[in-house]
Amino acid sequence: MAAKFLQSIPVPHHKNTQGSFPIRLTDVKSVTIPMSMHIGAPAKPVVKVGDHVKIGQVIGEAGGFVSAPVHASISGTVKKIEPMLLSSGASCQAITIESDGLNEFDENLKPPVLTDLDSFIQAVRDSGAVGLGGAGFPTSVKLKVDPDKVDYILINGAECEPYITSDSHTMIDNAERMYAGLSALKRFYPKAHIIIGIENNKKKAIEVMRKYTDGVDNCDVAELPSSYPQGGEKVLIYNTTGRMVPEGKLPFDVGCIVLNATTLSFLGKYLTTGQPLTTKCVTIDGSAVKEPKNVIAYIGTSVRDVVELAGGLKCEPGKVLYGGPMMGLAMPDMDQPVLKNTNALLFFDEKDAKVPEPSACIHCGRCVDACPLKLMPTELEHACQQRDVERLKKLKINLCMECGSCAFVCPAKRNLVESHKLAKIIVREAGAK
Amino acid sequence: MSKQIVSVSPHIRSSRTTQNIMLDVIIAMMPAVIASGFLFGFRAILLVIISSAVCALLEFGWEKMMKKPVTVQDLSAVVTGMLVAMNVPVSMPIWMMIVGDIAAIILVKQLFGGLGCNFVNPALVGRLVMMFSFASAMTTFTGSSGIVDATTSATPLANAGALGWDQFLTLFLGKHGGAIGETCALAILIGGIYLIVRKVIKPIIPLCYIGSCLVFTFLFGGQNPVMQIFAGGLLCGAFFMATDYVTSPITNSGKVIFGVFIGFLTAVIRVFGTYPEGVTFAILFGNVLVPFINDLTLTKPLGGIFPKKEKKEAAK
Repeated sequence: MAAKFLQSIPVPHHKNTQGSFPIRLTDVKSVTIPMSMHIGAPAKPVVKVGDHVKIGQVIGEAGGFVSAPVHASISGTVKKIEPMLLSSGASCQAITIESDGLNEFDENLKPPVLTDLDSFIQAVRDSGAVGLGGAGFPTSVKLKVDPDKVDYILINGAECEPYITSDSHTMIDNAERMYAGLSALKRFYPKAHIIIGIENNKKKAIEVMRKYTDGVDNCDVAELPSSYPQGGEKVLIYNTTGRMVPEGKLPFDVGCIVLNATTLSFLGKYLTTGQPLTTKCVTIDGSAVKEPKNVIAYIGTSVRDVVELAGGLKCEPGKVLYGGPMMGLAMPDMDQPVLKNTNALLFFDEKDAKVPEPSACIHCGRCVDACPLKLMPTELEHACQQRDVERLKKLKINLCMECGSCAFVCPAKRNLVESHKLAKIIVREAGAK
Repeated sequence: MSKQIVSVSPHIRSSRTTQNIMLDVIIAMMPAVIASGFLFGFRAILLVIISSAVCALLEFGWEKMMKKPVTVQDLSAVVTGMLVAMNVPVSMPIWMMIVGDIAAIILVKQLFGGLGCNFVNPALVGRLVMMFSFASAMTTFTGSSGIVDATTSATPLANAGALGWDQFLTLFLGKHGGAIGETCALAILIGGIYLIVRKVIKPIIPLCYIGSCLVFTFLFGGQNPVMQIFAGGLLCGAFFMATDYVTSPITNSGKVIFGVFIGFLTAVIRVFGTYPEGVTFAILFGNVLVPFINDLTLTKPLGGIFPKKEKKEAAK
């Protein structure tokens, strides 16, 4: 008998913004919207400099099957279309729109007409939806599967990263949108059992979701332990269904589709209003922030503008993150924009930003005990230093989801995630030769 | 415009550090050190202090000389120094103990690359060197001013006989000859439990080690297996030496194999060998096998596809 839950570790919650109703940041002068806010091909710009655009108007169309369209998030004039360097290190075209101050919606926006599965998937694609939990995988690609083979649709409301509360806010305050999304899923994937997974430290969200799903057939709320990383895709699938996604396979290969709670809520909103993905609920927190709070920001608003409109900073931050502290991406400067998959912006002061100096591995085995997938981070790091491709493969480096549990618990403060990322590149390059 | 720090996730770390782990080990050894003061007199405590200081100085001096980063603040040298001292009798000349310290810190630890790179337990090699170099000083168990008789008394393992309740209590409280840190079973157990409660060590190795030593001693017809636990260096070895991270296996199954194996070896040496004590040899021999045990007990990653298994399934 396998364990009911995968290994997880306690991390400090820091849910300071729990219960903070998000404020809207409307007073934005300009936005810069990158064409690549998802995994896959970047969108292609379809507007020219000087064009006038309104909220919801398509400014970039999907650049391939695994891609998503991009919409204008404010009304105004297109000022620039030029390449920009994203925090991920990738470079893509970005469209800068200067606001006309009117915040007008495109009058052509109307709720999509759903007739069959294909029309639903097309609607999801047109909405610009991507995995809003952080990964940014185009949602329509996930959903374009044979509905008979979908046993489970898992709604990821775990929100296991410290600080972030935007998902739980969405579940509590936008429950009717969640419900609209759930209804559509029930309609087009009738055989699927829908499970909403929420960590048990979010009692309010669990209560609200229970209320909404009470009378619904084949739809449950699963209480998960409040320990990291419950929201990891493989972890969530195992902890709710007992299924394990094998190496190199996708959740669908074990009959599962995983959607983030905010993605579902957005889909519900799109299906009822026809408004595409142009705003994002973002948690603003961290030791350098004056007042931690949730905000609703236009996609493309610069991080500097967001934090100023949200109450400002106590001091010049030492480190600024997209997402949570366990898997979040550090940005080089605050001119980076809010992206579709941004669920939090964390600002750490000099002290919290300090990167600890790694010391020698003492082989204590804490990393091995912490790994949810039972990998051996210390051995992986060693094999990586030796560039031993065979051993890296034997130790299954490709299974590592970079959740950071190993590096979090390491008493020697070794940069295990960094070495695992490097190890994956070493293996990939060896394979390419 | 000032730029922000960019580093790979995770951006928060646990409060556990190598330094505070070592500090916990030092705290865990305090009961044994204090007990040694009561049992053998102030000289016992003096030995512990000198040995720790010498080890820390040796590490500092070596790293300075070799122009390596100084790592004395991680406290691991202090732990080694305390362990070396706990392994000598109270009458040990100080210079002889320093020879043991040099063997531990320079020979085993620094020459192999410092913390994390030694393949055997430094303190045990220190003890081994002293045992062979100064055999008589290492086996002269006299109390200078403590509770233990000033007359020379052998360790109870050397004259094992029937054991009554009184004798058991004597053993348990450590009122007998022996190395200063080894005799008081009560103090070592308090320290061991502290380490387990603080999650510095898992109880697997001590339990498997002590259990297996007990069982094998019994099977080999050794005298009074229960006494074997409380006499000699078994408890100290099981909680403070065998659990050393660097020289014990990483996985739980590896720890079980390691514990049972060194328990078996200890029993063999004690029952059949010429030495009354087998803990040092057993743990050192186990240490050497750790890389192999680690390789045998690699974890099986969840969701991993292993080529062998596929073939078997295909054959079905």
